[in-house]
Amino acid sequence: MELEVMKYLAGALIMGLGAVGAAVGVGILGSKFLEGAARQPELIPMLRTQFFIMMGLVDAVPMIGVGIGFYMIFAI
Amino acid sequence: MAGSNPSTQEYISHHLTNLTYGKLPAGYVRDGGTLESAQWTVAHSAQEAADMGFMAIHLDTMFWSIFLGALFCWSFARAAKAATSGVPAGFQNFVEMVVDFIDDNVKSIFHHKNDLVAPLALTVFVWVFLQNLMDLVPVDWIPELAKIMGIHYMKVVPSTDVNATAGMALGVFMLIIYYSIKQKGVGGFAAELAFQPLPKWALPFNLFLEIVGLIAKPISLALRLFGNMYAGEMVFIIISLLPFYLQWLLSVPWAIFHILIITLQAFIFAILTVVYLAMAYDHH
Repeated sequence: MELEVMKYLAGALIMGLGAVGAAVGVGILGSKFLEGAARQPELIPMLRTQFFIMMGLVDAVPMIGVGIGFYMIFAI
Repeated sequence: MAGSNPSTQEYISHHLTNLTYGKLPAGYVRDGGTLESAQWTVAHSAQEAADMGFMAIHLDTMFWSIFLGALFCWSFARAAKAATSGVPAGFQNFVEMVVDFIDDNVKSIFHHKNDLVAPLALTVFVWVFLQNLMDLVPVDWIPELAKIMGIHYMKVVPSTDVNATAGMALGVFMLIIYYSIKQKGVGGFAAELAFQPLPKWALPFNLFLEIVGLIAKPISLALRLFGNMYAGEMVFIIISLLPFYLQWLLSVPWAIFHILIITLQAFIFAILTVVYLAMAYDHH
């Protein structure tokens, strides 16, 4: 295959696979957060802080993937 | 706007090149001439910056991060000096809110007596936040202004430079080791590294596992912040390549989403710093 084509494929794979993993992760995280909030509404402020910390940790990897994917598609 | 257009690539790589000051070796071919002796100078191209090797410093990263740090110190000190016991207003209100927010979080994570950790967390949070905030300045404003002033490269966001984030993470790493040794002694720290998950007969395995875990802390801290900011900056640069009537349509939603990311990443950097220091204090 040509380099030009491989570049786009590589970028698409990086962004797509990263998004799949993070989507599952954030989905589980969000469902558990809602469940916990429904069971113990008085814990919501604490749960929200922890939720955002974990979301930032999970979210980081696909974000980095998007950056590297864009770099591969546009700048190389 | 595919990658086949060379000016697109030039535009992107121009935006991703730091203003580098370093030492070029003697005999280096430059601007049509040859250098007679080794010379400390500002790089004129990305290739020159790469050829400077290890002995180089990114002037723009240094300038902006120190400027923002000074801005943070000055503004917060001003608010603290002007503080009254009455109902706070304006900027003082904001500062109190930030300090309270960090203080609450540190109290819930760090249960030992230490006067450094909460101010450290506040500094890290606000400083990283201000560095990330430079991402929201439209990508061409400051570089174009610098070009008028005769500076050819200007990367405005310090946290999109891995050197800045790794520097901060290295500072956190040194504090982790310092407090580990202070709290448990050299022997205790070494014992924690050597005898931990498995019993003593598996010492090499334990040592390997724990040292990898220790080194992974600053590296993940640095690369997470760098990667997020780099990706965000990259998307802004790509958007700025589009025709002007599309730029607002894409740039505004991304900027609004990015406000969440920059705050979250600054918060995570600060919280993980506190978590790591609390782990250094705890006896396992």
